Amino acid sequence: MFYDVTLEITYDYASPVNYGHHALRLMPATIPGEQTLIDGQIHIVPSPSERHDRVDFFGNAVTDVVYRRNHSELAFKLKARIDRTATPEAFDISPPLNALPKELSAVQSLAPKAPVHFLSASPRLPLDPAFAVYAQDLVVPGMSTISAVESIGKALNRDMQFDAEATTVDTPAIEAFERRNGVCQDFSHIMIACLRSIGIPAGYVSGFLRTIPPEGKERLEGADAMHAWVMAWCGIDIGWIEYDPTNALRVGQDHIVVAHGRDYGDAAPVKGILRTSGSQSTDHKVDVVPL
Amino acid sequence: MSLDENAEPGALRYGLLKAYRPFPDVSDELLFPDGRVRPVWRPFLDHLSALTADEIAERFARGNQYLNDAGVYFRQYGQDGANEREWPLSHIPVIISQDDWQVITDGLTQRAELLEQVVADLYGDNSLVANGYLPASLIAQSSEWQRPLVGIKPKSGHFLHFLSFEIGRGPDGTWWVLSDRAQAPSGAGFALENRVATGRVFNEFFARANVHRLAGFFRRFRDHLVELRGESESRVSILTPGPLNDTYFEHAYIARYLGFMLLEGEDLTVENGKLMVRTVAGLKPVSVLWRRLDAGWADPVELNETSQIGTPGLVQAVRSGAVTMINALGTGVLETRALLAFLPRISEHLLGEPLKLPNVATWWCGEEATRAYVKEHAESMMFSPALSTALPFTSSKTDFIGKDFSKFHKGILESWIDSKSDKLVGQEAVTLSSSPAYDNGLLVPRPMSLRVFLARTANGWEVMAGGFARIGRTEDASAIAMQSGGSAADVWIVGGQKQHKETLLHQTESPFFKSQPGTLPSRAADNLFWLGRYVERAEGAVRLLRAYHARLMETADPEAPLVALTAEYLDKIGMSPDEPVPAGLCDMLQSAVASASKVRDRFSVDGWLALNDLAQTANGVRRTMHGNADVTRAMGLLLRKITGFSGLVHENMYRFIGWRFLSIGRALERAHRMADLLSVFTDEEAPEGSLELLLEVGDSAMSMSRHYAVSLSHTTVLDLLAMDIKNPRAVLYQLTDMKDHISVLPNATENGHLSELARSVLQVHTRLAIATPDTLTPDTLGDLRDQIAYLSVELTDAYIR
Repeated sequence: MFYDVTLEITYDYASPVNYGHHALRLMPATIPGEQTLIDGQIHIVPSPSERHDRVDFFGNAVTDVVYRRNHSELAFKLKARIDRTATPEAFDISPPLNALPKELSAVQSLAPKAPVHFLSASPRLPLDPAFAVYAQDLVVPGMSTISAVESIGKALNRDMQFDAEATTVDTPAIEAFERRNGVCQDFSHIMIACLRSIGIPAGYVSGFLRTIPPEGKERLEGADAMHAWVMAWCGIDIGWIEYDPTNALRVGQDHIVVAHGRDYGDAAPVKGILRTSGSQSTDHKVDVVPL
Repeated sequence: MSLDENAEPGALRYGLLKAYRPFPDVSDELLFPDGRVRPVWRPFLDHLSALTADEIAERFARGNQYLNDAGVYFRQYGQDGANEREWPLSHIPVIISQDDWQVITDGLTQRAELLEQVVADLYGDNSLVANGYLPASLIAQSSEWQRPLVGIKPKSGHFLHFLSFEIGRGPDGTWWVLSDRAQAPSGAGFALENRVATGRVFNEFFARANVHRLAGFFRRFRDHLVELRGESESRVSILTPGPLNDTYFEHAYIARYLGFMLLEGEDLTVENGKLMVRTVAGLKPVSVLWRRLDAGWADPVELNETSQIGTPGLVQAVRSGAVTMINALGTGVLETRALLAFLPRISEHLLGEPLKLPNVATWWCGEEATRAYVKEHAESMMFSPALSTALPFTSSKTDFIGKDFSKFHKGILESWIDSKSDKLVGQEAVTLSSSPAYDNGLLVPRPMSLRVFLARTANGWEVMAGGFARIGRTEDASAIAMQSGGSAADVWIVGGQKQHKETLLHQTESPFFKSQPGTLPSRAADNLFWLGRYVERAEGAVRLLRAYHARLMETADPEAPLVALTAEYLDKIGMSPDEPVPAGLCDMLQSAVASASKVRDRFSVDGWLALNDLAQTANGVRRTMHGNADVTRAMGLLLRKITGFSGLVHENMYRFIGWRFLSIGRALERAHRMADLLSVFTDEEAPEGSLELLLEVGDSAMSMSRHYAVSLSHTTVLDLLAMDIKNPRAVLYQLTDMKDHISVLPNATENGHLSELARSVLQVHTRLAIATPDTLTPDTLGDLRDQIAYLSVELTDAYIR
């Protein structure tokens, strides 16, 4: 499936900013066998004092942008064409939950995709006992890892209300969980915390959703902005699978991967610091058009 | 333990030792197990025994005096927040023989080599994890394993350049490593200060005793850092978290001692991958950064995003090879306590030999077989968090012996161990050796641990021949931390070849003296400028308050016109005279102390102490003074202290560029205040006596009577206080001073043209210089005041932003 993605993030500053440093994780990834970035550009207005590209620990493409002169507004514009081919695995050959620890300890690796990075609390995601209590209720020891992941994802989707006004980007997951509402970031964080609490390595994926659903299907939640979902490690043979708790489905051709990491902090589309005395407002537009 | 009187020379030969009873099953630095005094201590004991208790007290006081004068303090955390506390020196040094020391030196040098290889592997191939020498989950869970640094090879080829080790001596007399300090080891500067203080306490003896010296170690390390720069135009600097850090004193001290710039994160910026310091002469390259800041806080873009004290882009500068970090970012992972469980085997694997100095036996509870062993021996084990990087004995909340489990937790120890699993280590409970401390005329044994420092120099790893001993307050080894009342002692390594006296001075072969370009960081300039302003502002306020109270006493009528006008003026400048010592005055002095505290490395200790004394005096007077009876006298006292401070600074401060910023601050404040006072008190409508008040506040009554035979008039007062170029209280005098300083600041002229600031100050100066007293109306004086105030904005724009 081919897509054209456009994204525009704009900022308006109430008083001029004289220094800013932003790390952008906006460019869709190339993942062998799943997704190919055919062409992509990030256009930045006004043109920055400095701009360079790097790849972070988890393999995500990062563009660093630095401003050293006054500016009152800022726009990041992405245009990309992607060929997305991923389809969910048909057979569940994942180990039962109680056999997962043994498989985990057999993977003695610190490579970027090694499960060991995704098993404990991470900087933005402390593991509150409430997550374990919730998750343990949904699984039984003999259950396959994949069905455990899916059960927890479905349950969260059932119990949580999608509400764009309820949380901000800095709302702790436990708060959104207690109120049972939030956006894709909260759904994903909560699901990751639940999975880790029962010993399943889980990470955060950011990306895009197709804007217009295929004929006869409903429009998915989260298509009008950048989206986020969950990756879960389901044993040595299967490796990572991806699940979208906001829409209660396994990730396939409707999702386009940009970045992944332990939590939002590792994969945030725009992260940075700036020097200003005033407030800022931001706007965010996405279009994902199948070709 | 026998203290046999016939054993020669026995402990009982010394009256000082009559209460000295080493603890059972503990090794003692002073005595052999059979009670004989170890030979390395005998000359010192002979010396000490020849002194009377009074003499000893007098000598200890001498050491304390030195530490006071040097401004050595440490920050203690308590219920009321952090406080600066006197440095707790235990005056009796720990004396170690050359032979013992050689064992330590060999063992720690091997360990430094090992740690270098381990950290290179953790940020490189990760073969230790792949081959089963380290568990992946242990490293992955450490918050000190900095993922953004994985794959980056340090420019210098080495991750580690400066290390320290906490070591202790076990009951069988062998030394054990308790903890590795690899992130940003502190204490070397304190070790130097302990040495100077202890050297003063035992001055004649120290001069004769064959004690190894410390300065050469620092000199060679400094040379190594200077060599690492590569290009000679760049700088070596020290990065500090700032004055609130508990070892800030040491950062400033080392910076001064070695002649390096002391910087905070906001002083630095990264441009196109290069690390630069913001100075008053523009951006200058920094190529070697000795950081005293934990890695996580160093860069909010790639490391901890919440850091307010970092430098955005620093990791990128490291990645591009522009800067050598001492030590590399990420080396803090080596301090992880659970690592001690694996290092013995890693040593065999990487070095092909066992550890020469063992570390505390440690078991990581993340593996089932190990956990079973720990449970079996749980009662006698010391438990602590596996990922902790703190020193042992620093937290009795998290570190405890198995048999005390019920004091800290509910439930059963064994199941608690299971529940903690990979978050927990068990360690052999360490018994530290004891060393003498002086208590009430006698020596008593106290638990002791040593911190030993290693630096990479041109000759490879070098061990500082001495160190920093921590001495327990009581017999309890867990009370050894200075935070819980322990103290610090000097460490004397004695024996071997006769030691030469070494200092940092007169070592002209050192590359350091050829080319370490000096420039003033903008933040330091800012603080010096405001220090000048605050102190001068306080002085102006004190003079005015004194004049006010004198008139109030004369008239006894707060409504008298001049008294009321003065009160109104004081109120306007935040010094309402309702209280004898206004809160605003104390705040002002506190602001001055705060500014000075940020430039401790550029500021004489005497000046610092005088300023603190001044601020404390003001607070004291404010607390104790209730009526107005003595207020003029109190103001006189404060005034003398302020001028004492100013004199100290201006007489003794080196005429470097920072002094100019301090002087500009003072001049600007004085000119501004006087212009404002003149605009109010020379008004036609101003009450009778206003001119006399101006003369008094302007300290110019004597000049007046000397210069002007005629009586007081607007003209003569304006001539003397606005336009006189010989009167240091006159506006024009101060503008001349400012003009002179500004003309020699960096970039004061560009291509033969004056800078904007230089042009502005010249304009203000000229306008006043060509005026005549009769044209100086309250309005024109008000304009002059505003123009002077604007110079402050222009100065900030030009040099500080």
